Amino acid sequence: MLMRLFLPIVLIFTLSFAADLAQASPVDTFEFKDEVTKVRFQALSKELRCPKCQNQNLADSNSPIAADLRKELYDLLQQGKADSEIVDFMVDRYGEFVLYRPRVSSVTYILWFGPALLILIGVIVVIVILRKKPASKENLALNTAQQEKLKKLLADSADTGSSSAPSSVEKE
Amino acid sequence: MNKIIRFLPLILVIALGVVLYRGLSLNPQDMPSALVGKTMPEFALSILKDGNKTVSKTDLSGDIVLLNVWATWCPTCKYEHPYLVDIAKNPQVTLYGLNYKDDREAAQEWLTHYKDPYQFSIFDEEGTLGLDLGVFGAPETFVIDHHGVIRKRFAGAIDTRVWRKEFEPLIKQLIAEKEQGK
Amino acid sequence: MIPDTVAQIIPQLIPELGHLALVIALAFAICLSIVPLLGVHSAQQKLMSYAKPLTFGMFAFTAMSILILAYSFVVDDFSIKYVASHSNTLLPYYFKISAVWGGHEGSLLLWVFSLTAWTMAVAKFSKDIEQEFIARVLAIMGMIAVGFIAFTLLTSNPFDRLWPNVPMEGRDLNPLLQDVGLIIHPPLLYLGYVGFAVAFAFAVAALMSGKMDAAWARWSRPWTVGAWMFLTLGIALGSWWAYYELGWGGWWFWDPVENASFMPWLIGTALIHSLAVTEKRGTFRNWTVLLAIFAFSLSLLGTFLVRSGVITSVHSFAADPSRGVFILVLLAITVGGSLTLYAFRATNVTSFSRFALYSRETALLLCNIVLVVAATTVLLGTLYPLLVDAMGYGKISVGPPYFNAVFVPIMSFLFIVMGIGPLIRWKKAKKGELRKQLLKPSLISVVVGLIFPVIYGGEFNLLVSFGIILAMWVFLVVVKDIVNQYRNKVKPSRSHWGMAIAHAGIAVCIVGVTIVSSYESETNVRMAVNESVEVSGYQIEFKGIKQVEGPNYSAEQGQLNVYKVNADGENDFVALLKPERRAYKVQTMGMTEAGIDGGLFRDVYVALGDPLEDGAWAIRVHYKPFVRWIWLGALFMSFGGILSMLDKRYRAKRTSSAKQTANAVQVKPNVQAVSELS
Repeated sequence: MLMRLFLPIVLIFTLSFAADLAQASPVDTFEFKDEVTKVRFQALSKELRCPKCQNQNLADSNSPIAADLRKELYDLLQQGKADSEIVDFMVDRYGEFVLYRPRVSSVTYILWFGPALLILIGVIVVIVILRKKPASKENLALNTAQQEKLKKLLADSADTGSSSAPSSVEKE
Repeated sequence: MNKIIRFLPLILVIALGVVLYRGLSLNPQDMPSALVGKTMPEFALSILKDGNKTVSKTDLSGDIVLLNVWATWCPTCKYEHPYLVDIAKNPQVTLYGLNYKDDREAAQEWLTHYKDPYQFSIFDEEGTLGLDLGVFGAPETFVIDHHGVIRKRFAGAIDTRVWRKEFEPLIKQLIAEKEQGK
Repeated sequence: MIPDTVAQIIPQLIPELGHLALVIALAFAICLSIVPLLGVHSAQQKLMSYAKPLTFGMFAFTAMSILILAYSFVVDDFSIKYVASHSNTLLPYYFKISAVWGGHEGSLLLWVFSLTAWTMAVAKFSKDIEQEFIARVLAIMGMIAVGFIAFTLLTSNPFDRLWPNVPMEGRDLNPLLQDVGLIIHPPLLYLGYVGFAVAFAFAVAALMSGKMDAAWARWSRPWTVGAWMFLTLGIALGSWWAYYELGWGGWWFWDPVENASFMPWLIGTALIHSLAVTEKRGTFRNWTVLLAIFAFSLSLLGTFLVRSGVITSVHSFAADPSRGVFILVLLAITVGGSLTLYAFRATNVTSFSRFALYSRETALLLCNIVLVVAATTVLLGTLYPLLVDAMGYGKISVGPPYFNAVFVPIMSFLFIVMGIGPLIRWKKAKKGELRKQLLKPSLISVVVGLIFPVIYGGEFNLLVSFGIILAMWVFLVVVKDIVNQYRNKVKPSRSHWGMAIAHAGIAVCIVGVTIVSSYESETNVRMAVNESVEVSGYQIEFKGIKQVEGPNYSAEQGQLNVYKVNADGENDFVALLKPERRAYKVQTMGMTEAGIDGGLFRDVYVALGDPLEDGAWAIRVHYKPFVRWIWLGALFMSFGGILSMLDKRYRAKRTSSAKQTANAVQVKPNVQAVSELS
C-alpha cells in the first residue's frame, strides 16, 4: 500500500528535477577573441544537445546545465581547442547522446548511407518500369476469334445505352 | 514476383509496428552515463567543512564507494536524505558527498540540520568535477569499485525500492568480484 | 418558475451533455460504418442512401460536443478537469476558446471534429460521384471516426469531472500557447492531417470496388489538394510562430513533432502529382493508391509519436504509454488492413498507356520517387534513436545537422526534375524540342545564380549560387510554360495556374532558405542604457526598460531604437522595437516576446536576456535577410492549391457530368474486356 504511494511521489520529485521548460532563448554575453571563434561557438552550440532538456540544443536551452556547458564551450574555444577535441570532450562526459550529428559507426551506417541507398533503389525502380516490355504491335492486335468476342461485347454494352465509341483519356 | 512486391509495404509496416511497440516500453528520458567503465576522473577540491583541506580521488577510499551528488537548491535531495543516512550505516559501502554548485555556508547548515551521512563532502562550487562526471542535475549517485572504476550512475532519488532494484544487485556483484580477486 | 435546486443543477449537467453528444456521435459513426456497406453488398439503394444522413448526425453531435467544451471554457466551468488544467479566470476569452485544443484530450476532440467535418463535406459535395462508391467512402471514414471517438471516450475524455472538490481557479493555459499563431495553427494542421483521410477513404473504396480508373482519380484530387493546402498552411504557421515566439530566430528544428507533420506533406505532394497522372493518363494507379494509404498512415503515425511518449520533444503532449498502445492498435488496423487489401486487390491489369524515357510521366515518376525517399529519410532520422535504443545500443541523438546534410541533396535533385516536368510532353517528348525549351531558363538561371552572391553579399558563394540557380530554374520553367500557352492562344485553366503558382511558391521558399541560411547574423551583447551595437549595417540603441501590464501578466519592456546606416554614414531611424520579458501571474514561468522589425527583404529581431548589473541587460540581435520569403512561398503554394481545387472541371454541371462519367466508365469495360480475351 505504501509502495503505491511511493511511486507517484517519486515521479513528482523526479519530474521536478527533470522538467525545465525553456520559454526564452538564453542570451550569454561572452566576448570572443575573434569573429571566427564567435561563429564556431554559435555553430557548436547548435550541434550539441542539452543533456537534460526536451530536445533542445545548447544555444536554445535555459536550463542550468546548458548554461554551464555553454560556458565550458566558450572556455575551450578561447583556449584554442579544435572542434573535434571539443566534441570528444563533451562525448567523454555525456555520451553520444549530446551529438545532434551522430558519429558514423557501425551502429549508424544505415542512418548515413540509407538515403543514398534509397535513391539508388528509386532509380532502379524507374528503370525497371521504363524497360517493361512494351506491348508490341503483334501482341496488341487481336486475333479473329478475339475480334468477334469484342464485337459482341461492344454490341451488348451499346444495348444498355452507353456510347459505343471508346474515348481516350488523353488531355492536354 | 509481382505478388510478393504487393506485400512488401505491409511487411515493412508490420516491422515498423514492432519497433514502435518496443519503443513504448522504453524510456527516452533515461540517460546512461558515459563514465561507466572508466576510472574516476582526477580532481583537487576542498571539502565542504574545511576550505583549506584539499582532497583528490585517492581520498575516496573504500571497497565500494558511493558518491552522492547533492545541493541545498535541490528539493529531491531533501526527500532522499533520510535514506542516505540509512545507507551510511551499511558496512558494505562507503558514502561520500559531492556538494554541487552550492553555497558553502548554506550547505554546512543544511548538513547540521539534516544530519551528515557522508565521510566527507567534496565542495564543487564551480561544478568542474560535476562536469567531468557528466552530471546534469541533482541528486545523482555514482558507484565506484575498489579499482576506482565507475560502475554505475543513478540519476534520481534513492529510496528503499530504488536501492533494492538498482543498487543491491550491483553491490553483491562487486563483493563477489573482490573475493574472486578481480 | 424553475425551482432553485433544478436551476443550479442544469449548468452542472451541461458537460455531461457534451459527453453524451460524443457517445451519440459514436453511435452514428458505427451505423455509418455498417449500413451503407450493407447497402452496397446487397445492392439496396435505400441503405446506401442512409450514408448522408448518418454522416450529418455524426457531424452534428460531434460539433455539439466541442461547442459545449468551448462553452465550458468561456464560462470558467472548473468542475471539468480539462478546463481546470488549461484555463483561468484571468485568461482572455479568445485564449479560453483556443485552450479547447491546448491539451491532449481537447485536441483529440478537435481531431475528431475535423474528421466529421471532412466527412460531412464529402457527403455534401459528391453529387457527381456514383452512389455506390460514395457509400463506400463514407463508410470507411465512419470506421476511422469509430476508432478515434472510441479512443477519446475510453482514454482521453475531455469531460472528466472533478467531483466533489471543484477548484476555484484553473491552472491557466501554458503561456507559450497564449498567442494568435497558436490559436490558428492546430486547427489548420488538423484539417490537413485529417483531410488525408478522405484520399485514404477514396483509395480504399477504389480497392474494394475494383474501380481504380481516371474517374476515381478525378474525384479524389480536389479533396487531396484541399487537405494538402491546409497542411501547408499549418506547417508554415507553426514555423512562423516558432520564429517570432521562441526568441532564437530559428524556423525549423527537425523536431520529431515537426517531422510528424512534414512527412505526410511530402507524401501528399507526391500523391497530388500521382493523381494528376492517373487522371490524365490512366497510369500509376497502384502507385497512387499506395501513396494515398501512406499519406494518411503518416498522419496517424504522427498522432502516435506525439501522444505516446515514445520520442522526446518540446511539442509532445503528456506522455502516456497506455494511450500509445491504443493508437498503435488503431494504426495496425487502419494501415495493416488497407495494405492487406492492397496486396490482394491492387490491379493486375497493366495500363495500356506506355510512355517513353523522355516524357512527363517519367519526370513525375522521378519526382514521386524522390519525395518518397525524402519522406522515408525523415522517418529514418526521426525513429533512428528509438531503433538504436530498442536494439540495446544505447542512446543517440539525430538532429538538424543530420537532416540538413541528407535532405538538401535529395531536394536539390527534386528541384532539378521539377524544372523539366512542366515543359516536357506527355507520353513522348519531341526530339530537340525539350532542349530548345529548357535552354533559356537554364542559361538565365546559371547566370543569375552565379552573379547573385557577388552583388548581394560582396563575394562569390557556391552554396548561395546553387540555391539561387535552382530557384530561378523552377520559377522560369513555369513562367515559360504559361507564356507558351498564351503564345499558342490557349488560356491556361485554373488548375494550370494553380500548378504554376504553387511551383513558383517553391522557388520563393528556396530563395528564402538559401539567403537566410547564408547571410543571417546573430550578436549577443551586454548593453547599458544608451549604448549601441552594430549588426549587419544596422545600429541598435538600447534606451532602457519600461514596466507594462497585460491582462494576465506583467512585463519588462525593452525600448530599442533601430537605425540603418545609410550611404553617407548617418543613421536613418527605422523602428522602435519593444521586446518583453513577461511574468505570467498564474503559471509562474518567464517568457520573452521578441521585438521584430519585419520587412520583405530583411527582419531585424531583438530579444531580451537577463538583467545584468547597473541597469544593463543581455540583449540578442538577429539579422535575418529574406526570411519572410519562406512563409511567403508557403502562401503561394496554398493559393496555387486553392486555384487548383476551383478548376472548372470539378464543378461540371449535372448534364455534362453525366457525359463525363459515362466516358470515364468506358475505360473500365475496355480494359476488362481485353483482359478477358487474353
